[in-house]
Amino acid sequence: MFKIFKYSFFDLIRSRWTYIYAGFYFLFTLGMLMLSSDLSKVVISSMNVVLILCPLIATMFGVMYYYNSREFTELLLSQPIKRTSIFTGQFLGLATSLSVSLLVGAGIPFLMFGVFGSDQAGNFLVLLFNGVVLSFIFAAISFFIALKNEDKIKGFGLAILVWLLLAVVYDGLLLLGLSWFRDYPLEKASLIASVLNPIDLSRVMLLLKLDISALMSLTGAVYRKFLGSGVGMAISVAVLLIWTIIPTLGIRRVCLRRDF
Amino acid sequence: MIEITGLHKSFGKNHVLKGVELSLVPPGLIAILGPNGSGKTTLIKSILGMVIPDRGEIEVDGASIKKAWEYRRQISYLPQIARFPENIRVRELIAMVKDLRGETEMDVSLISYFGLQPFLDKKLGNLSGGTRQKVNLVLCFMYDCPIVILDEPTAGLDPVSLVRLKKLIKTKREEGKLILITTHVMDLVEELAEEVVYLLEGNIHFRGTVAELKEKYQGRNVEESIAALLQKDGPFSLGAVASNGHAKVPETLLEN
Ligand SMILES: Nc1ncnc2c1ncn2[C@@H]1O[C@H](COP(=O)(O)OP(=O)(O)OP(=O)(O)O)[C@@H](O)[C@H]1O
Ligand SMILES: [Mg+2]
Repeated sequence: MFKIFKYSFFDLIRSRWTYIYAGFYFLFTLGMLMLSSDLSKVVISSMNVVLILCPLIATMFGVMYYYNSREFTELLLSQPIKRTSIFTGQFLGLATSLSVSLLVGAGIPFLMFGVFGSDQAGNFLVLLFNGVVLSFIFAAISFFIALKNEDKIKGFGLAILVWLLLAVVYDGLLLLGLSWFRDYPLEKASLIASVLNPIDLSRVMLLLKLDISALMSLTGAVYRKFLGSGVGMAISVAVLLIWTIIPTLGIRRVCLRRDF
Repeated sequence: MIEITGLHKSFGKNHVLKGVELSLVPPGLIAILGPNGSGKTTLIKSILGMVIPDRGEIEVDGASIKKAWEYRRQISYLPQIARFPENIRVRELIAMVKDLRGETEMDVSLISYFGLQPFLDKKLGNLSGGTRQKVNLVLCFMYDCPIVILDEPTAGLDPVSLVRLKKLIKTKREEGKLILITTHVMDLVEELAEEVVYLLEGNIHFRGTVAELKEKYQGRNVEESIAALLQKDGPFSLGAVASNGHAKVPETLLEN
Protein backbone atom coordinates (compact mmCIF):
# COMPACT_ATOMS: atom_id res chain seq x y z
CA MET A 1 0.00 0.00 0.00
CA PHE A 2 2.83 2.37 0.79
CA LYS A 3 4.15 2.21 -2.76
CA ILE A 4 0.75 3.04 -4.22
CA PHE A 5 0.45 5.87 -1.74
CA LYS A 6 3.86 7.13 -2.79
CA TYR A 7 2.99 7.06 -6.49
CA SER A 8 -0.35 8.78 -6.03
CA PHE A 9 1.12 11.37 -3.72
CA PHE A 10 4.03 12.30 -5.97
CA ASP A 11 1.87 12.14 -9.05
CA LEU A 12 -0.52 14.65 -7.50
CA ILE A 13 2.00 16.85 -5.78
CA ARG A 14 3.62 17.49 -9.16
CA SER A 15 0.36 18.36 -10.84
CA ARG A 16 -0.47 21.86 -11.94
CA TRP A 17 -3.73 21.89 -9.99
CA THR A 18 -1.98 21.24 -6.73
CA TYR A 19 0.25 24.26 -7.34
CA ILE A 20 -2.72 26.42 -8.22
CA TYR A 21 -4.56 25.28 -5.10
CA ALA A 22 -1.61 25.83 -2.76
CA GLY A 23 -0.78 29.07 -4.54
CA PHE A 24 -4.27 30.37 -3.93
CA TYR A 25 -4.04 29.72 -0.19
CA PHE A 26 -0.61 31.29 -0.14
CA LEU A 27 -1.59 34.48 -1.92
CA PHE A 28 -4.86 34.83 -0.08
CA THR A 29 -3.32 34.38 3.38
CA LEU A 30 -0.34 36.55 2.54
CA GLY A 31 -2.64 39.27 1.24
CA MET A 32 -4.79 39.19 4.34
CA LEU A 33 -1.76 39.29 6.61
CA MET A 34 -0.36 42.28 4.77
CA LEU A 35 -3.66 44.13 4.90
CA SER A 36 -4.43 43.50 8.53
CA SER A 37 -2.16 43.62 11.52
CA ASP A 38 -4.69 41.75 13.62
CA LEU A 39 -3.75 38.07 13.41
CA SER A 40 -7.02 36.88 14.90
CA LYS A 41 -8.96 38.62 12.12
CA VAL A 42 -6.84 36.89 9.52
CA VAL A 43 -7.46 33.55 11.19
CA ILE A 44 -11.20 34.21 10.97
CA SER A 45 -11.02 35.16 7.28
CA SER A 46 -8.88 32.12 6.59
CA MET A 47 -11.38 30.00 8.44
CA ASN A 48 -14.20 31.14 6.20
CA VAL A 49 -12.17 30.28 3.14
CA VAL A 50 -10.86 26.96 4.46
CA LEU A 51 -14.32 25.78 5.50
CA ILE A 52 -15.65 26.31 1.98
CA LEU A 53 -12.62 25.50 -0.11
CA CYS A 54 -11.22 22.39 1.59
CA PRO A 55 -14.43 20.37 1.19
CA LEU A 56 -15.10 21.69 -2.31
CA ILE A 57 -11.63 21.15 -3.70
CA ALA A 58 -11.28 17.77 -2.00
CA THR A 59 -14.57 16.74 -3.60
CA MET A 60 -13.52 17.85 -7.07
CA PHE A 61 -10.00 16.44 -6.85
CA GLY A 62 -11.38 13.19 -5.47
CA VAL A 63 -13.62 12.45 -8.43
CA MET A 64 -11.19 13.83 -10.98
CA TYR A 65 -8.29 11.84 -9.63
CA TYR A 66 -10.28 8.64 -9.60
CA TYR A 67 -11.46 8.95 -13.19
CA ASN A 68 -8.15 10.23 -14.49
CA SER A 69 -6.11 7.46 -12.96
CA ARG A 70 -8.33 4.63 -14.17
CA GLU A 71 -5.72 3.44 -16.67
CA PHE A 72 -3.08 3.17 -14.02
CA THR A 73 -5.56 1.52 -11.67
CA GLU A 74 -6.32 -1.13 -14.28
CA LEU A 75 -2.64 -1.82 -14.71
CA LEU A 76 -2.25 -2.15 -10.95
CA LEU A 77 -5.23 -4.49 -10.69
CA SER A 78 -3.58 -7.03 -12.96
CA GLN A 79 -0.47 -7.05 -10.78
CA PRO A 80 0.01 -9.05 -7.60
CA ILE A 81 -1.28 -6.29 -5.35
CA LYS A 82 -4.21 -6.37 -2.96
CA ARG A 83 -7.23 -4.45 -4.20
CA THR A 84 -7.82 -2.68 -0.93
CA SER A 85 -4.19 -1.55 -0.91
CA ILE A 86 -4.56 -0.02 -4.34
CA PHE A 87 -7.58 2.08 -3.51
CA THR A 88 -6.67 2.93 0.06
CA GLY A 89 -3.21 3.93 -1.11
CA GLN A 90 -4.64 6.14 -3.84
CA PHE A 91 -7.09 7.79 -1.47
CA LEU A 92 -4.41 8.45 1.14
CA GLY A 93 -2.08 9.88 -1.50
CA LEU A 94 -4.85 12.18 -2.65
CA ALA A 95 -5.89 13.34 0.82
CA THR A 96 -2.28 13.84 1.88
CA SER A 97 -1.41 15.92 -1.16
CA LEU A 98 -4.46 18.10 -0.54
CA SER A 99 -3.45 18.52 3.08
CA VAL A 100 0.11 19.40 2.13
CA SER A 101 -1.22 22.08 -0.22
CA LEU A 102 -3.22 23.58 2.61
CA LEU A 103 -0.44 23.32 5.18
CA VAL A 104 2.17 24.82 2.89
CA GLY A 105 -0.10 27.37 1.20
CA ALA A 106 -1.78 28.75 4.30
CA GLY A 107 0.93 27.80 6.78
CA ILE A 108 3.97 29.55 5.38
CA PRO A 109 2.50 33.08 5.38
CA PHE A 110 1.40 32.69 9.00
CA LEU A 111 4.84 31.45 9.94
CA MET A 112 6.39 34.39 8.10
CA PHE A 113 4.27 36.71 10.21
CA GLY A 114 5.34 35.02 13.42
CA VAL A 115 2.16 33.24 14.37
CA PHE A 116 3.94 31.06 16.90
CA GLY A 117 5.13 34.05 18.87
CA SER A 118 1.57 35.34 19.14
CA ASP A 119 -1.53 34.38 21.07
CA GLN A 120 -3.04 32.97 17.86
CA ALA A 121 -0.80 29.91 17.68
CA GLY A 122 -3.46 27.61 19.09
CA ASN A 123 -6.19 28.97 16.85
CA PHE A 124 -3.94 28.66 13.85
CA LEU A 125 -3.26 25.00 14.61
CA VAL A 126 -6.93 24.23 15.16
CA LEU A 127 -7.66 25.88 11.81
CA LEU A 128 -5.11 23.73 10.01
CA PHE A 129 -6.26 20.61 11.82
CA ASN A 130 -9.85 21.18 10.75
CA GLY A 131 -8.76 21.93 7.18
CA VAL A 132 -6.81 18.69 7.01
CA VAL A 133 -9.66 16.66 8.51
CA LEU A 134 -12.17 18.18 6.07
CA SER A 135 -9.84 17.40 3.16
CA PHE A 136 -9.65 13.77 4.25
CA ILE A 137 -13.41 13.50 4.78
CA PHE A 138 -14.42 14.97 1.44
CA ALA A 139 -11.67 13.23 -0.49
CA ALA A 140 -12.93 9.94 0.96
CA ILE A 141 -16.57 10.70 0.17
CA SER A 142 -15.89 11.74 -3.40
CA PHE A 143 -13.47 8.87 -4.06
CA PHE A 144 -16.12 6.50 -2.74
CA ILE A 145 -18.79 8.02 -4.99
CA ALA A 146 -16.51 7.86 -8.03
CA LEU A 147 -15.69 4.23 -7.29
CA LYS A 148 -19.38 3.41 -7.11
CA ASN A 149 -20.26 5.18 -10.36
CA GLU A 150 -18.66 4.12 -13.57
CA ASP A 151 -20.25 7.07 -15.33
CA LYS A 152 -18.01 10.10 -14.92
CA ILE A 153 -20.74 12.69 -15.23
CA LYS A 154 -22.95 10.94 -12.73
CA GLY A 155 -20.10 10.50 -10.25
CA PHE A 156 -19.09 14.11 -10.55
CA GLY A 157 -22.67 15.30 -10.16
CA LEU A 158 -23.34 13.14 -7.12
CA ALA A 159 -20.13 14.20 -5.39
CA ILE A 160 -20.88 17.87 -5.93
CA LEU A 161 -24.43 17.27 -4.72
CA VAL A 162 -23.15 15.78 -1.46
CA TRP A 163 -20.85 18.75 -1.00
CA LEU A 164 -23.72 21.11 -1.70
CA LEU A 165 -25.94 19.32 0.81
CA LEU A 166 -23.39 19.44 3.59
CA ALA A 167 -21.92 22.85 2.86
CA VAL A 168 -24.97 24.86 1.87
CA VAL A 169 -28.35 23.14 2.03
CA TYR A 170 -27.80 21.76 5.53
CA ASP A 171 -27.24 25.20 7.02
CA GLY A 172 -30.15 26.64 5.12
CA LEU A 173 -32.53 23.97 6.39
CA LEU A 174 -31.18 24.39 9.88
CA LEU A 175 -31.81 28.13 9.85
CA LEU A 176 -35.23 27.61 8.36
CA GLY A 177 -36.11 25.07 11.05
CA LEU A 178 -34.85 27.35 13.78
CA SER A 179 -36.90 30.27 12.57
CA TRP A 180 -40.04 28.19 12.16
CA PHE A 181 -39.82 26.80 15.64
CA ARG A 182 -38.36 29.84 17.32
CA ASP A 183 -40.88 29.63 20.13
CA TYR A 184 -39.41 26.35 21.26
CA PRO A 185 -36.16 25.86 23.10
CA LEU A 186 -34.06 24.48 20.28
CA GLU A 187 -30.53 25.01 21.52
CA LYS A 188 -30.00 21.30 22.02
CA ALA A 189 -31.45 20.37 18.66
CA SER A 190 -29.33 22.90 16.84
CA LEU A 191 -26.27 21.79 18.76
CA ILE A 192 -26.86 18.19 17.72
CA ALA A 193 -27.46 19.26 14.14
CA SER A 194 -24.20 21.21 14.08
CA VAL A 195 -22.19 18.42 15.59
CA LEU A 196 -23.44 15.92 13.02
CA ASN A 197 -22.27 17.91 10.01
CA PRO A 198 -18.47 17.98 9.74
CA ILE A 199 -18.34 21.43 8.19
CA ASP A 200 -20.62 22.96 10.80
CA LEU A 201 -18.79 21.17 13.55
CA SER A 202 -15.47 22.53 12.32
CA ARG A 203 -16.92 26.01 12.20
CA VAL A 204 -18.29 25.78 15.73
CA MET A 205 -15.02 24.38 17.07
CA LEU A 206 -13.11 27.25 15.49
CA LEU A 207 -15.52 29.98 16.51
CA LEU A 208 -15.44 28.82 20.10
CA LYS A 209 -11.70 28.57 20.02
CA LEU A 210 -11.57 32.08 18.65
CA ASP A 211 -13.86 33.19 21.46
CA ILE A 212 -16.40 34.88 19.30
CA SER A 213 -19.27 32.68 20.41
CA ALA A 214 -20.94 35.89 21.49
CA LEU A 215 -21.72 36.30 17.82
CA MET A 216 -23.82 33.22 18.04
CA SER A 217 -26.08 34.77 20.66
CA LEU A 218 -28.24 32.52 22.79
CA THR A 219 -27.15 29.21 21.47
CA GLY A 220 -23.54 30.20 22.09
CA ALA A 221 -23.87 29.32 25.73
CA VAL A 222 -25.07 25.81 24.97
CA TYR A 223 -22.30 25.26 22.46
CA ARG A 224 -19.74 26.61 24.86
CA LYS A 225 -20.90 24.35 27.63
CA PHE A 226 -20.82 21.31 25.39
CA LEU A 227 -17.58 21.90 23.53
CA GLY A 228 -15.91 23.40 26.58
CA SER A 229 -16.33 20.12 28.38
CA GLY A 230 -13.89 17.28 27.88
CA VAL A 231 -16.70 14.96 26.84
CA GLY A 232 -18.05 17.40 24.30
CA MET A 233 -14.63 17.89 22.76
CA ALA A 234 -14.06 14.13 22.66
CA ILE A 235 -17.44 13.64 20.98
CA SER A 236 -16.61 16.32 18.39
CA VAL A 237 -13.29 14.76 17.50
CA ALA A 238 -14.95 11.35 17.43
CA VAL A 239 -17.59 12.65 15.01
CA LEU A 240 -14.88 13.97 12.69
CA LEU A 241 -13.06 10.66 12.90
CA ILE A 242 -16.23 8.74 12.11
CA TRP A 243 -16.84 10.97 9.10
CA THR A 244 -13.36 10.05 7.88
CA ILE A 245 -13.48 6.36 8.69
CA ILE A 246 -16.90 5.48 7.26
CA PRO A 247 -16.25 6.57 3.67
CA THR A 248 -12.75 5.08 3.87
CA LEU A 249 -14.24 1.74 4.87
CA GLY A 250 -16.79 2.27 2.11
CA ILE A 251 -13.95 2.58 -0.40
CA ARG A 252 -12.44 -0.68 0.81
CA ARG A 253 -15.78 -2.47 0.61
CA VAL A 254 -16.92 -1.20 -2.75
CA CYS A 255 -13.58 -1.72 -4.45
CA LEU A 256 -13.79 -5.44 -3.73
CA ARG A 257 -17.00 -5.76 -5.73
CA ARG A 258 -16.24 -3.57 -8.71
CA ASP A 259 -15.51 -4.99 -12.17
CA PHE A 260 -12.70 -3.46 -14.17
CA MET B 1 -3.27 -25.05 -13.41
CA ILE B 2 -6.59 -23.25 -13.79
CA GLU B 3 -9.88 -24.81 -12.75
CA ILE B 4 -13.12 -22.99 -13.47
CA THR B 5 -16.46 -24.37 -12.31
CA GLY B 6 -19.96 -23.02 -12.87
CA LEU B 7 -18.82 -19.50 -13.67
CA HIS B 8 -21.62 -16.97 -14.13
CA LYS B 9 -21.24 -13.32 -14.87
CA SER B 10 -23.80 -10.70 -15.81
CA PHE B 11 -23.38 -7.02 -16.49
CA GLY B 12 -26.80 -5.72 -15.66
CA LYS B 13 -29.22 -7.70 -17.83
CA ASN B 14 -26.44 -8.90 -20.09
CA HIS B 15 -25.77 -12.49 -19.00
CA VAL B 16 -22.29 -12.94 -20.46
CA LEU B 17 -21.03 -16.14 -18.88
CA LYS B 18 -23.59 -18.84 -18.12
CA GLY B 19 -21.92 -21.52 -16.11
CA VAL B 20 -18.56 -21.92 -17.79
CA GLU B 21 -16.62 -25.05 -16.88
CA LEU B 22 -13.00 -25.12 -17.90
CA SER B 23 -9.97 -26.98 -16.72
CA LEU B 24 -6.58 -25.99 -18.04
CA VAL B 25 -3.47 -27.94 -17.22
CA PRO B 26 0.07 -26.96 -18.20
CA PRO B 27 1.83 -27.25 -20.49
CA GLY B 28 -0.37 -26.12 -23.33
CA LEU B 29 -1.26 -23.39 -25.74
CA ILE B 30 -4.99 -22.84 -25.79
CA ALA B 31 -6.82 -20.42 -28.06
CA ILE B 32 -9.98 -18.96 -26.56
CA LEU B 33 -12.19 -18.05 -29.48
CA GLY B 34 -15.64 -16.64 -29.93
CA PRO B 35 -17.48 -13.81 -31.64
CA ASN B 36 -17.16 -10.20 -30.46
CA GLY B 37 -18.85 -9.84 -27.12
CA SER B 38 -18.96 -13.57 -26.40
CA GLY B 39 -17.16 -13.05 -23.10
CA LYS B 40 -13.55 -13.98 -23.81
CA THR B 41 -12.16 -10.91 -22.12
CA THR B 42 -14.66 -11.30 -19.30
CA LEU B 43 -13.50 -14.88 -18.75
CA ILE B 44 -9.86 -13.82 -18.72
CA LYS B 45 -10.47 -10.89 -16.42
CA SER B 46 -12.32 -13.22 -14.08
CA ILE B 47 -9.23 -15.38 -13.85
CA LEU B 48 -7.21 -12.29 -13.00
CA GLY B 49 -9.68 -11.16 -10.38
CA MET B 50 -10.46 -7.95 -12.26
CA VAL B 51 -14.02 -9.03 -12.93
CA ILE B 52 -15.83 -10.46 -9.91
CA PRO B 53 -17.97 -13.50 -10.84
CA ASP B 54 -21.59 -13.67 -9.74
CA ARG B 55 -21.40 -17.37 -9.11
CA GLY B 56 -18.91 -20.16 -9.55
CA GLU B 57 -15.42 -20.93 -8.50
CA ILE B 58 -12.03 -20.26 -9.99
CA GLU B 59 -8.95 -21.99 -8.71
CA VAL B 60 -5.39 -21.32 -9.70
CA ASP B 61 -2.90 -23.94 -8.60
CA GLY B 62 -5.51 -25.54 -6.40
CA ALA B 63 -6.46 -22.47 -4.38
CA SER B 64 -9.54 -20.29 -4.80
CA ILE B 65 -8.75 -16.84 -6.15
CA LYS B 66 -11.53 -15.21 -4.19
CA LYS B 67 -10.05 -12.25 -2.29
CA ALA B 68 -6.58 -13.60 -3.11
CA TRP B 69 -3.92 -11.60 -4.89
CA GLU B 70 -0.61 -13.37 -4.55
CA TYR B 71 -1.53 -15.92 -7.21
CA ARG B 72 -1.19 -13.12 -9.75
CA ARG B 73 2.57 -13.52 -9.35
CA GLN B 74 2.09 -16.71 -11.37
CA ILE B 75 0.44 -14.89 -14.26
CA SER B 76 1.79 -12.78 -17.10
CA TYR B 77 -1.17 -10.84 -18.49
CA LEU B 78 -1.51 -8.87 -21.68
CA PRO B 79 -4.69 -6.77 -21.59
CA GLN B 80 -6.72 -6.40 -24.77
CA ILE B 81 -6.78 -2.65 -24.66
CA ALA B 82 -3.51 -1.24 -23.42
CA ARG B 83 -4.60 1.69 -21.35
CA PHE B 84 -1.72 3.55 -19.81
CA PRO B 85 -1.34 6.79 -17.91
CA GLU B 86 -0.93 9.25 -20.79
CA ASN B 87 1.68 11.62 -19.49
CA ILE B 88 4.42 9.40 -18.20
CA ARG B 89 7.32 8.08 -20.23
CA VAL B 90 7.79 4.49 -21.34
CA ARG B 91 10.93 4.23 -19.21
CA GLU B 92 9.07 5.51 -16.14
CA LEU B 93 6.19 3.09 -16.64
CA ILE B 94 8.51 0.11 -16.87
CA ALA B 95 10.43 1.28 -13.79
CA MET B 96 7.15 1.72 -11.95
CA VAL B 97 5.96 -1.81 -12.67
CA LYS B 98 9.37 -3.15 -11.63
CA ASP B 99 9.18 -1.19 -8.40
CA LEU B 100 5.75 -2.63 -7.68
CA ARG B 101 6.22 -6.17 -8.84
CA GLY B 102 9.89 -6.77 -8.22
CA GLU B 103 13.24 -6.63 -9.97
CA THR B 104 13.75 -8.27 -13.34
CA GLU B 105 16.33 -7.97 -16.06
CA MET B 106 14.26 -9.28 -18.92
CA ASP B 107 12.88 -5.85 -19.78
CA VAL B 108 16.20 -4.85 -21.36
CA SER B 109 16.29 -7.71 -23.85
CA LEU B 110 12.56 -7.38 -24.57
CA ILE B 111 12.93 -3.68 -25.32
CA SER B 112 15.55 -4.38 -27.94
CA TYR B 113 13.68 -7.45 -29.17
CA PHE B 114 10.68 -5.27 -30.01
CA GLY B 115 12.81 -2.30 -31.05
CA LEU B 116 11.48 0.04 -28.39
CA GLN B 117 14.72 1.89 -27.53
CA PRO B 118 13.85 5.02 -29.54
CA PHE B 119 10.58 5.33 -27.66
CA LEU B 120 11.80 4.98 -24.09
CA ASP B 121 11.68 8.70 -23.40
CA LYS B 122 8.42 9.33 -25.19
CA LYS B 123 5.20 9.88 -23.31
CA LEU B 124 2.78 6.98 -23.59
CA GLY B 125 0.01 9.24 -24.81
CA ASN B 126 2.09 10.11 -27.87
CA LEU B 127 2.82 6.55 -29.00
CA SER B 128 1.23 4.89 -31.99
CA GLY B 129 -1.17 2.05 -31.36
CA GLY B 130 1.31 -0.65 -32.38
CA THR B 131 4.07 0.86 -30.27
CA ARG B 132 1.79 0.91 -27.27
CA GLN B 133 1.06 -2.73 -27.88
CA LYS B 134 4.81 -3.41 -27.82
CA VAL B 135 5.11 -1.64 -24.47
CA ASN B 136 2.20 -3.76 -23.35
CA LEU B 137 4.08 -6.87 -24.50
CA VAL B 138 7.26 -5.86 -22.65
CA LEU B 139 5.33 -5.32 -19.43
CA CYS B 140 3.67 -8.69 -19.86
CA PHE B 141 6.69 -10.79 -20.75
CA MET B 142 9.26 -9.20 -18.45
CA TYR B 143 8.29 -11.60 -15.70
CA ASP B 144 8.80 -15.28 -16.16
CA CYS B 145 5.47 -16.73 -15.03
CA PRO B 146 4.14 -20.28 -15.42
CA ILE B 147 0.81 -18.94 -16.75
CA VAL B 148 0.66 -16.54 -19.69
CA ILE B 149 -2.63 -14.93 -20.68
CA LEU B 150 -2.70 -12.90 -23.90
CA ASP B 151 -5.83 -11.00 -24.91
CA GLU B 152 -5.52 -10.16 -28.61
CA PRO B 153 -1.73 -10.00 -28.58
CA THR B 154 -1.35 -9.24 -32.27
CA ALA B 155 -3.55 -6.14 -32.34
CA GLY B 156 -1.83 -3.35 -34.23
CA LEU B 157 1.50 -5.10 -34.74
CA ASP B 158 3.44 -4.83 -38.01
CA PRO B 159 4.56 -8.07 -39.72
CA VAL B 160 8.10 -8.00 -38.31
CA SER B 161 6.86 -7.59 -34.76
CA LEU B 162 4.23 -10.21 -35.39
CA VAL B 163 6.86 -12.76 -36.39
CA ARG B 164 8.87 -11.92 -33.28
CA LEU B 165 5.84 -12.20 -31.04
CA LYS B 166 4.97 -15.61 -32.45
CA LYS B 167 8.53 -16.76 -31.87
CA LEU B 168 8.37 -15.52 -28.31
CA ILE B 169 5.10 -17.33 -27.69
CA LYS B 170 6.55 -20.54 -29.11
CA THR B 171 9.56 -20.27 -26.83
CA LYS B 172 7.29 -19.84 -23.83
CA ARG B 173 5.36 -22.91 -24.90
CA GLU B 174 8.57 -24.92 -25.19
CA GLU B 175 9.45 -23.87 -21.67
CA GLY B 176 6.36 -25.76 -20.56
CA LYS B 177 4.07 -22.88 -19.69
CA LEU B 178 0.31 -22.71 -19.81
CA ILE B 179 -0.60 -20.13 -22.42
CA LEU B 180 -4.06 -18.74 -23.15
CA ILE B 181 -4.61 -16.59 -26.20
CA THR B 182 -7.70 -14.90 -27.49
CA THR B 183 -7.60 -13.74 -31.07
CA HIS B 184 -9.65 -13.22 -34.16
CA VAL B 185 -6.72 -14.09 -36.41
CA MET B 186 -7.37 -17.66 -37.41
CA ASP B 187 -3.96 -18.08 -39.02
CA LEU B 188 -2.47 -17.50 -35.61
CA VAL B 189 -4.64 -20.25 -34.16
CA GLU B 190 -3.61 -22.56 -36.97
CA GLU B 191 0.04 -21.83 -36.40
CA LEU B 192 0.23 -21.81 -32.61
CA ALA B 193 -2.70 -23.38 -30.87
CA GLU B 194 -2.85 -26.95 -29.69
CA GLU B 195 -6.35 -26.63 -28.40
CA VAL B 196 -9.34 -24.45 -29.12
CA VAL B 197 -11.98 -23.34 -26.63
CA TYR B 198 -14.94 -21.81 -28.43
CA LEU B 199 -17.19 -19.52 -26.40
CA LEU B 200 -20.70 -18.99 -27.69
CA GLU B 201 -23.72 -17.55 -25.96
CA GLY B 202 -22.16 -17.73 -22.55
CA ASN B 203 -20.94 -21.28 -22.67
CA ILE B 204 -18.10 -23.33 -24.03
CA HIS B 205 -19.54 -24.55 -27.26
CA PHE B 206 -16.56 -26.51 -28.40
CA ARG B 207 -13.37 -27.68 -26.86
CA GLY B 208 -10.80 -29.80 -28.57
CA THR B 209 -7.64 -29.85 -30.59
CA VAL B 210 -7.36 -27.95 -33.82
CA ALA B 211 -7.54 -31.25 -35.71
CA GLU B 212 -10.74 -32.19 -33.89
CA LEU B 213 -12.26 -28.84 -34.75
CA LYS B 214 -11.57 -29.30 -38.44
CA GLU B 215 -12.79 -32.85 -38.31
CA LYS B 216 -16.02 -32.02 -36.55
CA TYR B 217 -16.97 -29.05 -38.73
CA GLN B 218 -15.46 -30.31 -41.95
CA GLY B 219 -13.34 -27.24 -42.69
CA ARG B 220 -10.09 -27.20 -44.62
CA ASN B 221 -8.70 -24.75 -42.09
CA VAL B 222 -9.68 -23.21 -38.77
CA GLU B 223 -11.44 -20.27 -40.39
CA GLU B 224 -13.72 -22.48 -42.45
CA SER B 225 -14.41 -24.71 -39.49
CA ILE B 226 -15.41 -21.79 -37.31
CA ALA B 227 -17.61 -20.43 -40.08
CA ALA B 228 -19.26 -23.82 -40.34
CA LEU B 229 -19.66 -23.98 -36.58
CA LEU B 230 -21.37 -20.59 -36.53
CA GLN B 231 -23.57 -21.48 -39.45
CA LYS B 232 -24.65 -24.66 -37.82
CA ASP B 233 -25.08 -23.52 -34.23
CA GLY B 234 -24.48 -19.82 -34.00
CA PRO B 235 -26.74 -16.79 -33.91
CA PHE B 236 -26.21 -16.35 -37.64
CA SER B 237 -27.27 -19.85 -38.52
CA LEU B 238 -30.42 -18.77 -40.37
CA GLY B 239 -28.45 -17.75 -43.39
CA ALA B 240 -27.50 -14.27 -42.37
CA VAL B 241 -23.92 -15.33 -42.93
CA ALA B 242 -22.74 -16.37 -46.33
CA SER B 243 -20.77 -19.57 -46.54
CA ASN B 244 -17.44 -17.78 -46.50
CA GLY B 245 -18.16 -16.52 -43.01
CA HIS B 246 -18.87 -12.92 -43.95
CA ALA B 247 -22.21 -11.25 -43.48
CA LYS B 248 -23.91 -10.04 -46.61
CA VAL B 249 -23.27 -6.41 -47.34
CA PRO B 250 -26.53 -4.50 -46.98
CA GLU B 251 -28.08 -3.74 -50.36
CA THR B 252 -28.15 0.00 -49.72
CA LEU B 253 -24.38 0.08 -49.48
CA LEU B 254 -24.07 -1.57 -52.86
CA GLU B 255 -26.06 1.03 -54.72
CA ASN B 256 -24.07 3.48 -56.86
N1 LIG C 1 -17.32 -3.68 -17.33
C1 LIG C 1 -18.36 -3.99 -18.10
N2 LIG C 1 -19.56 -3.42 -17.87
C2 LIG C 1 -20.64 -3.74 -18.62
N3 LIG C 1 -20.62 -4.60 -19.62
C3 LIG C 1 -19.47 -5.21 -19.91
C4 LIG C 1 -18.27 -4.93 -19.17
N4 LIG C 1 -17.27 -5.69 -19.69
C5 LIG C 1 -17.82 -6.38 -20.69
N5 LIG C 1 -19.13 -6.12 -20.84
C6 LIG C 1 -20.05 -6.72 -21.83
O1 LIG C 1 -19.89 -8.12 -21.76
C7 LIG C 1 -19.94 -8.70 -23.04
C8 LIG C 1 -18.69 -9.52 -23.27
O2 LIG C 1 -17.60 -8.66 -23.40
P1 LIG C 1 -16.13 -9.20 -23.59
O3 LIG C 1 -15.24 -8.01 -23.60
O4 LIG C 1 -15.85 -10.24 -22.61
O5 LIG C 1 -16.20 -9.82 -25.06
P2 LIG C 1 -15.05 -10.45 -25.93
O6 LIG C 1 -15.42 -11.85 -26.19
O7 LIG C 1 -13.73 -10.22 -25.29
O8 LIG C 1 -15.20 -9.60 -27.25
P3 LIG C 1 -14.07 -9.11 -28.30
O9 LIG C 1 -13.86 -10.21 -29.26
O10 LIG C 1 -14.73 -7.95 -28.98
O11 LIG C 1 -12.86 -8.73 -27.52
C9 LIG C 1 -20.13 -7.55 -24.01
O12 LIG C 1 -21.49 -7.49 -24.35
C10 LIG C 1 -19.72 -6.34 -23.24
O13 LIG C 1 -20.46 -5.23 -23.64
MG1 LIG D 1 -12.13 -9.17 -25.72
